[in-house]
Amino acid sequence: MAENQNESYEAFIKGIWRDNPVFVQVLGMCPMLAVTNSAINAVAMGMATLFVLVGSSFLVSSFKQWIPKQVRISSFIIIIATFVTVADYTLLALVPKVHKELGAFIPLIVANCMILGRQEAFASRNTVRLAVMDALGMAGGFMVALFSLGAIREILGNGSLFGVDLFGEYFEPWVIMILPPGGFLTLGLILLFFNWVTQQKDKFIAQVVEAERVASDG
Amino acid sequence: MSQDKPPDAPAVSSVRLVLTLALAGLISGVAIIGIYEVTLPTITINKARELREAVFKVIPGVTRMQKLVYKNGELVPTTKTEKDEKSIYGGYDSQGSFIGYAIPAAGPGFQDVIGLLYGYKPDQKLVVGMEVLESRETPGLGDKIYKDAEFVANFRELLVEPEIVTVKKGMKSRPNEVDVITGASISSKAVVRIINETHAAWSVRLPQPGSEPLMTEPEKAVDEVK
Repeated sequence: MAENQNESYEAFIKGIWRDNPVFVQVLGMCPMLAVTNSAINAVAMGMATLFVLVGSSFLVSSFKQWIPKQVRISSFIIIIATFVTVADYTLLALVPKVHKELGAFIPLIVANCMILGRQEAFASRNTVRLAVMDALGMAGGFMVALFSLGAIREILGNGSLFGVDLFGEYFEPWVIMILPPGGFLTLGLILLFFNWVTQQKDKFIAQVVEAERVASDG
Repeated sequence: MSQDKPPDAPAVSSVRLVLTLALAGLISGVAIIGIYEVTLPTITINKARELREAVFKVIPGVTRMQKLVYKNGELVPTTKTEKDEKSIYGGYDSQGSFIGYAIPAAGPGFQDVIGLLYGYKPDQKLVVGMEVLESRETPGLGDKIYKDAEFVANFRELLVEPEIVTVKKGMKSRPNEVDVITGASISSKAVVRIINETHAAWSVRLPQPGSEPLMTEPEKAVDEVK
């Protein structure tokens, strides 16, 4: 039982940090760059993706015995597209303003390769429980990435966070951060930071190993 | 069979493949119809409320409105909610006297159709407000047609005759000129073109200033909208 729980935890946590879909796998770049010009858009997009990914992973892993291998990709796409349509109409009914902002990018969740990737690489080969944990982790990691990009771009580009003014009238917004180049710049810097952290960690581990070897030799 | 197939994949008859996909498509179709039916009432209410709010926004001073339809050569009040291209909205103050029209208009923008509503005072031949209802213009550039307060302010007092013309930003000097948005000239020109075309179509249908249809439903008060 403990091992089982451990496995679920592992499936969940790897998406948040070690295998983060955006910062490590560099997947789902289209919505990542397109809708992160404000924090609220980023969170709404993250929620929609979470819903689609968890729903699809659940169904795919539940029905994996009955889906012939030859048509698995088409079946995954049908499942994903259905969830996307449900998310689209639900957002339109509940939060029409956010839906207006996200515009064409909600239907485009279908084309987010991260979602199809998780079905093919994980949900279709694991138990329902693990698949759902994996989906939660990946979607969580995606949302963390969207939110950090969205928050940075909104703070610098508009001087606000979630629409709340932060700096008063003396702040001159960096309009470029709201525009597409701002998305690329911010994403590039975050990726740089992520890789630097990973590199430092590897170096540190190597040093520790080296020190232990020297100690045991001595 | 192909090499990339996993070795344990059993040979499956094509009938089964077709059936699987057909079944998946069927279930998916039913699910989509279901969510459409469930959300449709809310979406319709939202759209109607958005429209009413927009009417009040584009004609300052209006507290009541009614739908007007152009039928048999004259403008008559209607309560039907069916989709009718030839309908506009009349705006009235609390005493029921006519203030202006709110005219829906649509046309191609930079990416997709731009749908908007503009307020029009026929006695002064002035556009007095403009609100974009539907647009998929580029975020950060084209969407300034409704996010850029300076651009929207162009339409608060804009002469429609002989026609609205666009000028470079900061060059507006006549009452029928609009400053285009730098970096979004196609979208801002599209807005002007849509209003010009719609005005040309409607100006012949509107009655003489002073003989507008009267407010017919006194019981429809403002609080109903909120």
